[in-house]
Amino acid sequence: MDQPIQTDYLRWIVLLPLLGAATNGLLGAQLQKRFGKGLISTIAIAPVLGSFLLSVRALFDLVALQPEQRFLIDRLYTWITTGSLNVDVAFWIDPLSAVMILVVTGIGGLIHIYSIGYMHDDNSYWRFFTFLNLFTFAMLLLVTGDNLLLVFVGWEGVGLCSYALIGFWYQDHVNTTAGNKAFIVNRVGDFGFILGIFLIFWTLDHQGHGTVSFREIQKFASLLKNQEIWGGGVATLATLFLFVGATGKSAQIPLYVWLPDAMQGPTPVSALIHAATMVTAGVYMIARLHFLYSMAPLTLEVVAVIGVATALFAATIALTQNDIKRVLAYSTISQLGYMFLGAGVAAYGAAIFHLMTHAFFKACLFLGSGSVIHAMGGEQDMGKMGGLRSAMPYTFWTFAISVLAIAGTPLTGGFFSKDEILWQAFSSAHGSPLLWSLGVVGAGLTAFYMFRQLFLVFFGNSRADHHTQEHLHESPKVMTVPLVILAIGSIAAGWIGLPEVFGGSQFAEWLEPVFGKPHEMAASEGPELLLMICSVAVAAVGFFIAYLMYYRGALAPERFSSLAGGALYRLFYNKYYVDEIYQAIFVRGTLLLARTGAWIDQHIIDFIVDGSAKTTAYISWFNGLFDNYVIDGIVNALANITFWAGGKFRKVQTGNINSYLYVILGAVVLAIIVRLRYSS
Amino acid sequence: MIEPFVGDLSLVVFLPLLGAMVLLFIPRSMNRVLFTTAILFTSLTFFWSLRVLWRFQSDSGEMQLVERVSWIPAYGIDYFIGIDGLSLFLVLLTAFLGPIVILASWTISERVKEYLFFMLVLETGMIGAFVALDLFLFYVFWEVMLVPMYFIIGVWGGPRRIYAALKFVLYTMSGSLLMLVAIIYLAARNAQVTQVLSFDLLRLYNLHLPYEEQFWLFLAFALSFAIKVPLFPFHTWLPDAHVEAPTAGSVLLAAILLKMGTYGFLRFAIPLFPEAALAVQPFIVALAVIGIIYGALVAMVQPDLKKLVAYSSVSHLGFVMLGLFAFNLQGMQGALYQMLNHGLSTGALFLIVGMIYERRHTRMIDDFGGLWKQMPLFSALFLVVTFSSIGLPGLNGFVGEFLILLGAFQATPFWAAGAATGMILGAIYMLWMFRRVNFGPLSRPENQKLQDIGAREIVILAPILALIVFMGVYPRPFLSRMRFSAEPIIQRVESKKEATPLIFEGGRSRESQSHGN
Repeated sequence: MDQPIQTDYLRWIVLLPLLGAATNGLLGAQLQKRFGKGLISTIAIAPVLGSFLLSVRALFDLVALQPEQRFLIDRLYTWITTGSLNVDVAFWIDPLSAVMILVVTGIGGLIHIYSIGYMHDDNSYWRFFTFLNLFTFAMLLLVTGDNLLLVFVGWEGVGLCSYALIGFWYQDHVNTTAGNKAFIVNRVGDFGFILGIFLIFWTLDHQGHGTVSFREIQKFASLLKNQEIWGGGVATLATLFLFVGATGKSAQIPLYVWLPDAMQGPTPVSALIHAATMVTAGVYMIARLHFLYSMAPLTLEVVAVIGVATALFAATIALTQNDIKRVLAYSTISQLGYMFLGAGVAAYGAAIFHLMTHAFFKACLFLGSGSVIHAMGGEQDMGKMGGLRSAMPYTFWTFAISVLAIAGTPLTGGFFSKDEILWQAFSSAHGSPLLWSLGVVGAGLTAFYMFRQLFLVFFGNSRADHHTQEHLHESPKVMTVPLVILAIGSIAAGWIGLPEVFGGSQFAEWLEPVFGKPHEMAASEGPELLLMICSVAVAAVGFFIAYLMYYRGALAPERFSSLAGGALYRLFYNKYYVDEIYQAIFVRGTLLLARTGAWIDQHIIDFIVDGSAKTTAYISWFNGLFDNYVIDGIVNALANITFWAGGKFRKVQTGNINSYLYVILGAVVLAIIVRLRYSS
Repeated sequence: MIEPFVGDLSLVVFLPLLGAMVLLFIPRSMNRVLFTTAILFTSLTFFWSLRVLWRFQSDSGEMQLVERVSWIPAYGIDYFIGIDGLSLFLVLLTAFLGPIVILASWTISERVKEYLFFMLVLETGMIGAFVALDLFLFYVFWEVMLVPMYFIIGVWGGPRRIYAALKFVLYTMSGSLLMLVAIIYLAARNAQVTQVLSFDLLRLYNLHLPYEEQFWLFLAFALSFAIKVPLFPFHTWLPDAHVEAPTAGSVLLAAILLKMGTYGFLRFAIPLFPEAALAVQPFIVALAVIGIIYGALVAMVQPDLKKLVAYSSVSHLGFVMLGLFAFNLQGMQGALYQMLNHGLSTGALFLIVGMIYERRHTRMIDDFGGLWKQMPLFSALFLVVTFSSIGLPGLNGFVGEFLILLGAFQATPFWAAGAATGMILGAIYMLWMFRRVNFGPLSRPENQKLQDIGAREIVILAPILALIVFMGVYPRPFLSRMRFSAEPIIQRVESKKEATPLIFEGGRSRESQSHGN
């Protein structure tokens, strides 16, 4: 691999948002009081736009290079050195991280702007923007860090911001509990992540190449082959551990449980952190370490299975939810599942492609739902919405376009990216018809629940109360303009990644220096087209059922919800009772352990400690008695001891115990001297 | 002799004691003057410790700024002090916290003179113990620390202060007596071999005892240090002492006194008896990991803020022990770093608890809730310290924890994985506590009139917070100065690896299998 080109501007892509966060964090409260909210949002948004422009510059710089030389690096300083471990604070951009920084700063920038309107009436405006900026910084660190440890800094940094923003309205315990849950569940994942780092580092170190830098790991990756620990291959175990981290951050089974609760945060946060960027970190990490994952077929299989299982599982829950944001949350989990399905069949490019298109349409959907909630005066229950189409035309149209995209309507962004994943799930060496067919079923469910949402919110008659209906209004421009841009992106983003049949993907070509050539698919146009038609047909069925149920009213939802005596519906509606099960096993279990520990501390360990103090006190008491009464008779003395055992030992403790200890000391010293004398 | 009579290092040690003497001449009614004098002397100590840092050669593992004066020639006892990468930052930390804890004691109104006197004597004892290179001198400083702490807890403490103070002293004493015996034995044994009676640590390093003898001596030292750390199951004095001690006492207890234990392992028990240390490694690693998990679990259900922080110390010090007994550079540097981290973050936590205790005269978590609304600045600083304690990357705690776990993973991957669950548990108890204190509705009327922290309190916390961030972002100046002093100790142990009889056959062979690469 050639030496990457040194630059000195990449650091500003990452650090500018940190500057914004520091300024608002330290001075925000004063500035807001004195100069108003306009200054706060300017301080926050200008750095993100600056980062975006620099990201575009980085993109052009990359394009100007030969494909195989597309690396830029900016080394700041050495963070940690100890022994063979050497960790730099260095940022690098290659075609993969270029995509990521454009998504983070571009879509992130739009969400910052939208927040001006959405958060306008909140007094903690400055605190909101501080954490939004801090998040952008951490996320950029995550996608540009040149080594595993720096990525981990960003990885936990975004977790911190997520925690702080979910609990942004801290006076309600529901919110802060959700924040805690998010951080703690993520920590479970991070436990795996860090063990993965250890395994990789030490295995390489034992062979003289200890490193955590991505380029170095890739260079020496072959050294991980045929190494074993704990009865498994190191490559397999390390990638599995790292994947545990991914299931936390990217909300996959079994660690997805925090994401639905994370919807307690302000809606721009849901859009930015819990849909477009942070939750995709796991997918990015796998793509970044694709060379390790490709060495571990077992891990890939696990990733694919977890991915498709999560996609289906979350989709079934989304079918029945009534909270406008919860539907989107489960939908996000489900879509992330598709990305992991892609990564799991070694179609990393396809996973990143879906990551990008999803960022557009899901951000648009969340911001649209935010616009709706804004208009409805905080109402989130879709059962109380309906007919919003006419009152909020911009919101409606952008939302509708995004629904089309996520449902996989031909020629939209979601269509191309999801189709790419499904096709790879079928045709890749790691894929299978089963994975494909499960994915297609999920696509049908997606179409159903998204159109259900569209119809429930925007069509039919309003179910809101009179007061709310009167106050319905379209959101201000500062909110609708980002919506329009994102909606355009939801369509357009797909066109840079056309399937082979339609001329091949520029996007895949762009990522080729990172992932290598996509699988050869010569002479496979026939099946690809056929499978595409299949998945579109299934999605169409999903749409049609939703249409009949919620638009025409020709089909009663109860026809479905009463299937199997309603058991299935209840299972979906109650999210498979997973929260309850986790509560019973993990939360209760941990608390039980904790209480047991506290009990042991008080009643066993301290009992022994106090007991030995008491015993010592008894013995010294006995010593005293022996001196005084040995002639008078021991029987008397024993009786006294028993009597004294009533518990007044403390008064005696002070003086006597010291003398007793010094007796020990004297005896031992004597013993030593004797021993030294006669032993040699 | 053109050299000054008193060296820089001695000045750092004895400036606080000088301050204590000066205090004696100030009338007890002049509280302000007393406090100002104490702050003056502790600040002077801190500045002088910076001079020591300035003079310290960062690329050397040798003892530096050494001073040596014969003290009790008949027994070969010297006043022998020096500093190296192991003790440098512990001395700095002690001197750094000196003025801070005095400032934090500003609200004390009873027996101010005695209080400040004891605080200053304590500081001399602590710094002295870190720089002493003569075993007897070390023992003297070690015991000197005990007395003022006993009075600080026993006189200015909470309702159960007598019980706590006694428990603290008896526990520590019973350990340190055994250590004294071991010290005397060691010197006598050395005299037997070399015909020179000396308590010089550097000289005793060269004494090679048979494994059998090492083992018992190690145990005598280790017990004394393990109680101080405190290593599970010798920890139950700590929650009591912390809860009853006044704020400044808790801060020094957690930040410095506990480090005496880990420092003792590092400076004395391990390098003096490397073969024994190697032999008991599996045992101590197990206790450390149990302590990490157990401490965290017990912390989770404490209703009292100070107890919670005290148990969190058990967990954090478990990490330090784990790092020390990994016997590799990552683990040892991580442990040294974590000692400083714990000093800063736990010190800050006790200061923070002290601040709300002064306002509300309660430390029960349930008595609070929603403080962020009333005291936003307080809560924001609290949040930073909380995440430092949790080990959030970018703050100091992460660097230490990461290096420790990395080092431990090489030595004992299985136990390291167990210890890493401490990361999860740490987040649980800290965030849960933080949430119950600072978030939620401000429902209690007593809390609705609370004042946010003022200038004095900001001055107390700001330097600690600045270090918490700095040490997270730029640990190199610290790590590089520790490195050359840590390496010889590891080599000392490493060189004994082959020769050591294994008393825990099972544990060791399993590891070597699992590392089949």
